[in-house]
Order: sequence, then C-alpha cells, then structure tokens
Amino acid sequence: MPILEIKNLEVRFPMRGGELIAIRDISFSIDRGERLGIVGESGAGKSVAAFAILRLIGRPGYISGGQILFEGNDLARLSPEQLRQFRGNQITMIFQDPMMTLNPVLTIGTQMIECLQTHRGMGRKQARKVAVEKLRRVAIPSPEARIDQYPHELSGGMRQRVVIAIALLTDPAIIIADEPTTALDVTIQAEIMELLLALCETHQVALILITHDLGVVSEITQRAIVMYAGRIVEEGPTRDIIERARHPYTHGLIDALPERTHPGQRLNQIPGSMPSLVDIPPGCAFHPRCEHVTDLCQTRVPGYTLLDHARVACHWVAAQEQS
Amino acid sequence: MESSNRDRKAKLLEIRDLYKAFPLSNSLLEQLQFKHGRLVRNRESVHAINGVSLDMYPGDALCVVGESGCGKSTVARVVTGLLQPTSGSIVFDNQRIDHLPPKKQLPYRRRMQMIFQNPYASLNPRMTVRQTLEEPVRFHNPGIGNGELKQKVEEVMASVGVDPGWSNRFPHEFSGGQRQRISIARALTVDPELIVADEPISALDVSIQAQVLNLLMEAREQRSLTYLFITHDLAVVEHFGSRVAVMYLGAICELADTATLFDTPRHPYTQALLSAIPRLNRDRPPHIKLKGEIPTPINLPTGCLFQTRCLYADERCRQERPALKELNDGARVACHGVEEDRIE
Ligand SMILES: Nc1ncnc2c1ncn2[C@@H]1O[C@H](COP(=O)(O)OP(=O)(O)OP(=O)(O)O)[C@@H](O)[C@H]1O
Ligand SMILES: Nc1ncnc2c1ncn2[C@@H]1O[C@H](COP(=O)(O)OP(=O)(O)OP(=O)(O)O)[C@@H](O)[C@H]1O
Ligand code: SF4
Ligand SMILES: [Mg+2]
Ligand SMILES: [Mg+2]
Repeated sequence: MPILEIKNLEVRFPMRGGELIAIRDISFSIDRGERLGIVGESGAGKSVAAFAILRLIGRPGYISGGQILFEGNDLARLSPEQLRQFRGNQITMIFQDPMMTLNPVLTIGTQMIECLQTHRGMGRKQARKVAVEKLRRVAIPSPEARIDQYPHELSGGMRQRVVIAIALLTDPAIIIADEPTTALDVTIQAEIMELLLALCETHQVALILITHDLGVVSEITQRAIVMYAGRIVEEGPTRDIIERARHPYTHGLIDALPERTHPGQRLNQIPGSMPSLVDIPPGCAFHPRCEHVTDLCQTRVPGYTLLDHARVACHWVAAQEQS
Repeated sequence: MESSNRDRKAKLLEIRDLYKAFPLSNSLLEQLQFKHGRLVRNRESVHAINGVSLDMYPGDALCVVGESGCGKSTVARVVTGLLQPTSGSIVFDNQRIDHLPPKKQLPYRRRMQMIFQNPYASLNPRMTVRQTLEEPVRFHNPGIGNGELKQKVEEVMASVGVDPGWSNRFPHEFSGGQRQRISIARALTVDPELIVADEPISALDVSIQAQVLNLLMEAREQRSLTYLFITHDLAVVEHFGSRVAVMYLGAICELADTATLFDTPRHPYTQALLSAIPRLNRDRPPHIKLKGEIPTPINLPTGCLFQTRCLYADERCRQERPALKELNDGARVACHGVEEDRIE
C-alpha cells in the first residue's frame, strides 16, 4: 500500500478577472522508502504541488479539488490541529533556501530542542542529546559545538545539512525536498544528495525530490514525474524516462541537454517556451511546440495512455499504442 | 602542438598577474586592534583574485569554472573595465588598457562586450527593444543615419531569432529566454571581437538554455568571436568551451583544452569537481569527497590555496604556493603533487 496517495489535486489562485489554475488533475502515489522525482521547467507547478500536499498554499490561493491521502487520512480535509499531527512530523519539507526553515535569531540547538519538545514532548536534556545525534548523522563536524551556533555562522551547505537534521528530528515517513541543492555548489550538492539517498535507504523514508536538474533525478530517484503547464504529462521509472521518454516534451527536454550532443555541435532545441498559465493553449498545452501535433491535439486535452509501469498524456503516443 | 600554433597567432587578450582585493568596510573602531601592547589599525580585505594570468587567442571559447565566490565574476568585471585591478595588467590587442583614462579606454570597450546572468539587470525596463538596441550603435558610431540604424537593429533582432516586428515592445513583454537573446543582440550590435559572458544561461530553463547556447555558438562561427565564458555548469563547458580554466579561491588551479581537462583532470580540485557532476548515465566514477570547508577569501591559507581541503597535501603544500606549470600535453596545473608525480 502506498504511504501517500494524491488524487486529482487542483490548486487555484483568484486573480483579477478570473481564477488561475496552477495545477490540475495531479495524481500520483509513493511507497515507503521510495524516491520519486518531480521535474519540469520553471512555472510548471512543481512547488505549488509540493506546498499543496502540506496544505501550505497561502491565501488567496486554495486547494480547489482532490485528495491527499496519508495512510488513509485525507490531509485536504483535516482541521489545522489535526494537520499538525502530520505536517512537520510525519511529513516534512526541505526548501531551496535553508533560511525558510531556520530562524536567524535562534541558535540551531534552540530550534531543534523546541521542535522535539513540541512534537515529541521530550525534556530539554534528552532533546539536546537527540539533536546532537541528528547533527552527527548529517555529517556536521563537532556537533556538540556547532549546536550552539547561529545559522549565519554556518556555510550554505552546512545550513542545508542542519535543515535536513531538523527534518529528521521527528523520524518522518516522507520528506518533500523542493530544489534542496539548487543554490549550492556541485561538490556540496553531491554530498547533500548522497546524504538524502543514504537516509532513504537506511530509514525507509520516502523522498519526493523536486528539481529541474535531470542529472540529479537520474542519480537519486527510482521513479519520475514530468510536469508541464500545471499537469503531469509523463510518469515512469526514472531510467525509462531518461533513456526512452515517450512524451514529446520529455523527449525534447532530455535531448536539449548538452550531454546529448557531441561537443561543439548545435544542441537540439524545443521551439518556443512554456506558456504562462493565464493563456494555456487549448487541447494539449504542449501542442504549439510539438512536432507531432495533429488536429486532435489542438482541441482535446489528452488523457493518460497506460504503458508498463508508466503513463503518458499524449495523443500521438496513444495513437502509436493503438496501432 | 597547439601551443606552438598559438605562439604564432596574435594574442587578443593577455591577463598578467592579476590581483583584486576589496577592502572590508568596517568602521574605524572595528578596525582597531590591540596587538603587542599597541593599537594597530587592522585593515582586512576580501582577496577575490590572487594572481591570475591567462592568454586568449582569436576564436577561443575559454570557459572559467569554479565554485561560488572563487572570483569568476570579479575576473570578468576587471577584464571589461567595470573594476580596477589592485595590481596586474590587462592587455587587449597589444595595448595595455587597465590603466588608460576612461576616454582612452572607449575604443577598446567597443571591441569587448559583456553579457550578464540576469537579463533583467542588463536591459532598461523603460526602453523598448528598439531603443535598447539603437543606443549602443549610436554611441559607438556617432553620426550614423537613421535608415542604416533601423536596418542594423532589425538585422540583429532577426539574427537572434526575435521577430523584428516586436521591436516596440518593452523587456517585460518577453520571456526570460527572449530577454537574454535580446541582451545578446545588444552585445552583438557593435560587432565586438571579445564577448565576456558571466553565467549567461544559468537563470534559464533547459529548453531555453539550448536556444541561447546555439545562438552563442552560431555567432562564434559566423563572426569568429572570442568568448570568455563564465559558468558553473560543467556540462555546458564540455559542450561549448575550447579551453577551460578552473578557479579556486581567486586563482587558476588548472588550465587546459576542454577535451584534455575532461579526459584527464590533473589537479585534485578539478578531479573532485568533475566527479561531483550529476550525470544522466549512472556509470560515473565515485564522488571524490573533499575535506573541510571552503576557506574565506579574507584569510587565505598559506602555501597552496587548496591545501586545507586537499587529500594529498604535505608539508611543502602547506609552505609554498605552487605555480601554474605546463605539462607535456599543454595542460597547465598548479599543484606540487602533480609536479612530483604523486597524484594519479
Ligand atoms: N501565490 C501565487 N499567486 C498566483 N500565482 C501563483 C502563486 N504561486 C504560484 N503561482 C503560479 O503557479 C505556477 C506554478 O508555480 P510553481 O512555483 O509551482 O512553479 P515551479 O514548477 O515550482 O517553478 P520553479 O522551477 O521556477 O520553481 C506559476 O505560473 C506561478 O506563477
Ligand atoms: N564589491 C565587492 N565588495 C566586496 N567583496 C566582493 C565584491 N565583489 C565580490 N566580492 C567578493 O569577492 C569574492 C569573489 O566574488 P565573485 O563574485 O567574483 O565570485 P564568483 O566566482 O563570481 O561567484 P558566483 O559563482 O557565486 O557568482 C567573493 O568572496 C565575494 O564575496
Ligand atoms: S599542491 Fe598540494 S595541496 Fe595543493 S592541490 Fe596539489 S597536492 Fe593538494
Ligand atoms: Mg519551484
Ligand atoms: Mg559570479
């Protein structure tokens, strides 16, 4: 049984002259200990989806439909008090900017100890011991000393490791990481990713990793979801997505990477750019940029074609599968 | 073989022993310290560039890579005259330019153009694309006729794939990729010989990165442009660069032809950096972990700048700073370990 199941999730932002639908018809699930990647270009709706799962969409935005089932409880319908039992406890989130999580005027220790006191009802002394233990687990050198430092006294990479340590305090079942290493250098990114990977493997934590870096997705995740203009256009095992993507957008995206062309040669490019959500093209949102476009694509939104362990929202793929 | 070829070709740009330090702007009181029984004024500074020398030849696409804060942008700003070096020299087409008065620098400034990471910052939001593109042409060609000006602007817009019919629009009406192409168009309007591009595609999406990178490569072929290209994306370097300079703490630790650098990285830092790139195929060599944290450029380590994080550092490394030495395949490496042949 999946630990988290998202069904037809939709988020809207009221705007002057109408509502903007930021994500629609988002459905997927994740098992205990599984690592799922969500990829897509800027504005595709990755962060909105992640925030919606934790019910963190700020007003006036709201969840306008769907279910968020965590072990059978629909988080979309819980009261704020009930929600607290899950959010920041069973499900935690790591943001791109560690300072979203860290309070600049408190020492790391104070923040960690407070968290353990609220969520675990621990005494100070024990909480401190656990905090030091978690800092050690994320490879912070001399954690007994570091715990009394303020966030600004740490480097960017160390801060992100502290955020991961905080996320681990409550032994969560799911970590949602939204571009956790985008602001970091590659050598530090590699360390953080190895750390997350090890945690998932040893503690059976499920990881939802949001990124636009296909290399990271390739190295870390087992399954991947590709988003375009607010919808999931393809889902499948990561290896398959990278090596034989079916959706023309996914295919184009991977083909556009410099690694896919001999040095010095012209890169493959997808014409045009992603539409803004206020004027999403009718039918398949990708159709103005697609080389396989037909009349059907311009009028009807493609449903999902189910393949072995995968699904693709594309009329062209559907037609290929039928013949 | 390539280096001897180079010796005969005229250098376009020569950077010699470049240093740049930014004084830390502490108040006077904070600078005062009591040392050895007397009050001394302790002036700290950020040592952003610590002895960079490199040559560029016409047609080069020299990529500068390295981690955040290693001094890449500072090099770009010094080369294009936006910053004064603390010491060292910049020679462009056989003329030392860094110490010329601003007026005398002008003809050289036209011949080198800079493209920035954030196309918002380099385009004036209150100017239409036409105005944005006309300005540099007028500035560098005083007395140009209106007809010629209009034609030039339209040509340039078309060449970067932006519809000339849109020339009366403002920057915010374009997507990020289009904006970056317009700022590239702006740099190209004055037919520069050298383009200094500071992370020109880092803020763009993958599919747009490909469009902009293709544009830069086309311009290179058609106009035989020379690029000083700054990036932290090593996949882009491998694709675009003819040579690569790897920087660490304000100095070059390795400088080589792109293929040589990626096939046989020599410097321990280059090796670690390359091993950390996430790849699409999973069979990359294991990630080499560095020890410690990146030191601040305020208090530079003694000896080799990389010594505090290097797995091969020995006593000599802690005492003596290694110079950039040429190996037999033309690669240049600043490392005692490599020189002593004790690093694989
Ligand atoms: N508070 C808001 N009000 C109105 N629109 C919003 C709001 N938050 C997000 N959106 C819109 O929802 C869309 C999806 O945004 P989201 O941040 O999820 O993209 P993303 O895929 O995470 O992109 P990135 O890679 O840039 O982080 C965007 O078009 C954005 O403009
Ligand atoms: N105007 C300035 N005043 C003081 N310090 C500066 C200034 N500009 C840069 N620095 C410092 O000089 C060092 C080099 O900065 P630089 O911007 O050149 O790095 P970079 O390699 O371009 O990094 P990034 O990849 O983050 O852009 C950094 O420590 C930076 O903080
Ligand atoms: S000189 Fe020494 S410390 Fe510096 S990189 Fe080489 S081996 Fe490491
Ligand atoms: Mg986002
Ligand atoms: Mg920079």
